[in-house]
Formats: sequence, structure tokens, C-alpha cells
Amino acid sequence: MKQSVFTITENAPLTGAVYRLRLAGDTSAVTAPGQFVNVALPGLYLRRPISVSDASDGQLTLIYKVVGKGTEAMAAMAPGQTLDVLSGLGNGFDVSLAGDAPLLLGGGIGAAPLVLLARRLRAAGKTVAVVLGFNTRDEIFYENEFRAMGCDVTVATADGSCGVPGFVTDALPEDYSFYYACGPEPMLRAVYDRAAGDGQLSFEARMGCGFGACMGCTRQTAAGPKRVCKDGPVFRKGEILWDA
Amino acid sequence: MSVTLCGVELDNPVIPASGTFGYGYEFAELYDIDCLGTFSFKGTTKEPRFGNPQPRIAECRSGMLNAVGLQNPGVKAVIGEELPKLGKVFHKPVMANVSGFSVEEYAYTCARLDAHPQVGWLEVNVSCPNVHGGGMSFGTDPAAAASVVRAVKAVTTKPVIMKLTPNVTDIVSVAKACEDAGADGLSLINTVQAMRIDLKTKKPLLANGTGGLSGPAVFPLAVRMVYQVYEAVSIPVVGLGGVSSAEDVIEMMLAGATAVQVGAANLRDPYACRDIIAALPGVMNKYEIKTLRDIIGGAHG
Repeated sequence: MKQSVFTITENAPLTGAVYRLRLAGDTSAVTAPGQFVNVALPGLYLRRPISVSDASDGQLTLIYKVVGKGTEAMAAMAPGQTLDVLSGLGNGFDVSLAGDAPLLLGGGIGAAPLVLLARRLRAAGKTVAVVLGFNTRDEIFYENEFRAMGCDVTVATADGSCGVPGFVTDALPEDYSFYYACGPEPMLRAVYDRAAGDGQLSFEARMGCGFGACMGCTRQTAAGPKRVCKDGPVFRKGEILWDA
Repeated sequence: MSVTLCGVELDNPVIPASGTFGYGYEFAELYDIDCLGTFSFKGTTKEPRFGNPQPRIAECRSGMLNAVGLQNPGVKAVIGEELPKLGKVFHKPVMANVSGFSVEEYAYTCARLDAHPQVGWLEVNVSCPNVHGGGMSFGTDPAAAASVVRAVKAVTTKPVIMKLTPNVTDIVSVAKACEDAGADGLSLINTVQAMRIDLKTKKPLLANGTGGLSGPAVFPLAVRMVYQVYEAVSIPVVGLGGVSSAEDVIEMMLAGATAVQVGAANLRDPYACRDIIAALPGVMNKYEIKTLRDIIGGAHG
């Protein structure tokens, strides 16, 4: 974990509600794909946790959906402005579990943290399949970016306006070595129930601190109570328990 | 900057509040937490507790609400697993925060933590607004609070600081009852019972319905209560509630606090306590304060 100031280099919409924020600063605390940052915003008391979409030397990319006051404030920010960021939060995905042909499953904005994961897996020579689920064709983002990395990409839309009609679970390939999933909880639960084999799933939560101090985001797991922010946000399939 | 809290000297009066600092290790990754006066670790109960369902956190204009509900691994695991790790990153007496659901349970947990060599004070929480049938129900009734004090004092040797709730009409009567029953100190205020309603679902945002409000929104309320309690008792008062700066620390001490806890500020800014301690000498200088001990209760006539 590191607190530092980043400077906005780009902040532009990818779709109606999804924005891409590019930042320059110290990315040394980002050690794994699937980690997140916690962003302090003027006038808002709590920081806002946002997954890291991509990171390389000194460049940080966040892809976020405008859903409330915090993300509205983020969307209004302009290049040149600075942000107070806690970086390197959470455990992230474990790329060592991937096997030869991993499957990446992203639901909506849940596709964001799969970008750095796909990059790392491709760099390690893996055959990577990506299934992205969206509500409708206007919400699709990064299909081409995943293809450009050499991933085999399938898109599903809930309204059938593009690609496979239905959810990511309607577009699961036959063979893969391990899966990684990120998206809203109903999607994660469907993946957990329907995708064969082992996997890691990344969860969202309302957080207080984002670094393990307040116990605000705890969920029950097979290994006892775990903090989504510190022990997660990524959990192995076998650890996960669902609310009744 | 040193002060003496119930006979134990603190290098400075700044104390991270229970529930905002875990057992210290997350913060020790960021800075040397030996700079703190002490800290009050996560509230401990006899048995392990998962706490309340999600969501547990909400926000407001100048603060936050929590309904964590005393999640903790239970006193046995705290002593066996957490305190050994805490001892590696913090090398001063620590404040043990205790909660319970019966007088016997408070006494059981306090007796065990009292025996731990690093525990310097027991902070007994009779003020958690987020649990049912315990916590705050002991702190809203002077006689019930006094019964907890007597039970804990009977089985412990270390200073007992009673953590009081602001969710009462007359905090002074609870404070006096605790003093009369033998409490060595008081800390106040715990969070203020509050609620947010989600306009999308049109239902309370927190799964628990209500939560505890903390942060700058409650600071003036906390200053008022510390001021009133200081007038009425002769045992030391630990002031907390929305403290976010060195100026707030001094204001709280002028109201009557011997030491000052910092809570919600740690969650927004993990360096908050380190930075407040670093800023104190400059702010003391600005207001011509030579020693902090001399200003305790200075606002009183």
C-alpha cells in the first residue's frame, strides 16, 4: 500500500456511463492484476475504491462506471488535475493458477481489471479466452483491446443486440484450464454455479477504509470472515460462501 | 507533549480510536506507529463475532456511518494470535477495548486482557450502538453502567476507562455513576446513532437500519459532552469524536480531555495520526502553549 499523488493525463468516456481515467504517478505498489486503488475526492468523506485496469511504469489506467456521487465527481475531473490515491490495495488475481488456457469472464465494468490480467497472461505465453457480458451493444467496451492482445474474445449481450444473446454463462467455452471472473454479484454466483473447474472471483463491496482497518466490507467465507479489501477482493472458488 | 493517563505516561495525547486501527499492522506497513501515544485496538468480546450483514458503511456530508457490529475473533484469538503480532509493530502499552452482552461477559474478557503484559488500560465499551442486547444498553442507564464498572474492577488491576455513548439525554449522570463505581477514567463519545436512506431502493442504506455517525460532523457535539463531563467528575477524560487535526486535539483538551482519540480520520487518511502528532508542536507554538498538560480543561472558568 502506498499513498501518493497522481496527475490526470486523460479522462474520457468509453461508453455513455463508462470512463477511462489515465494517471501518471508512482505505480510501484501495484503488484498484481485485480488490485484496486482508493481515491480521495474533494468534498466526499470516504475514498472511492476503483479497480486497476492497467498499470505500467508510472502509468495507471482506471476504467470506472458513473454510478453515484463519487464517480460523478471523478467524471468531472480534467487532465492536469491531481488525485490523492492509495495504491496497491487488495490481493489481486494469482496468475500462477492459470494453466495453459485460462478463461477470463467480465460482466459490465467487471471487464476493467481483466485488462492487466490478460496482458500478464499473454506475456507468459498463455492462450487466453475472454468472455465479456454487457446489457446491450452500446455498453460494450474494450472488445478490440482484448483482441489486440491476442485473446480469443466472445461478447454476450443480455438483450441480444450483439454477439451471443444472454449472459457470460451462456457463452462459456468447452475447454479452459482455469477461470478468472469479475462482475456484479449475481453474475459471479451464476459463474460459480455453472462454470466447470476451479477459478478465482473478484468481489465488490462498500468499503470504509479499503486497507483492512475498519472491518466494513467483511464477507463470510469457508475460512471464516474475510475483508474484501485486504484478504480479497479476489477469492478462490472453494473459499466462497453465498448469502442464503 | 507528554500527558499522564490514569497513571501511565503517554509521549503525546494522540490515540487512534478502537475500530479504526485494527490491531495496528495495516498502519505499521505505512509508518512507525511507535510515534503514537498509544492506540485502542479493535473491540473484543468473549466469543468470536462476525458482525452485521452488508452493507455496513455509509457516508454523509462531513462524516460516515458504520454498522460493523463488533466483528472480532474473540478474546482467546485476540490474546493468542493478534496481540503477539501487535507486539512486533508497537512497543508501548496498548489500550484494550472490550465489549460484552452481560456483566459477566465484560468481566470475563477484561480479566483475560488485564493479564496481558502489553495492555496498559482497559477501555470498556458500554456504548456500541450497532449491537442488540448489549453494548449501548449498558451505557444508557447509570445503574447498569455502574454494575459493569464494579464487575470489571473486581477482577482487574489495570486502569479501567469506561467508553460512553452520546445517545443519552444526560451523559453526566452516566459519567458520575461510573466514577462513583470506581472507574479510573472515561472516554467519550462513541458514535451517534444515525441513518441514511437509499433513494433508489427507498429503504435504509445500512442492512442494520441504523449505524453510528462519526467524523467531523460530530466534533462539536463531542466537545460539548467532554466539557460537561469534565465539570462533573475528577477522573481523567479521553476525548474523541470527529477529531481530524492538531487544532481539534487542542480544542478537545481545552474542553477537558487528558488524551484525545482519532477515529474516522484514520479511514480516509491512514497517515492522519502521524500527521496530527507532527503538526502539534507548530500549532502549540502558534497558540503560545508550552506544555499540553497545562491546557487540560483550560476552557473552564
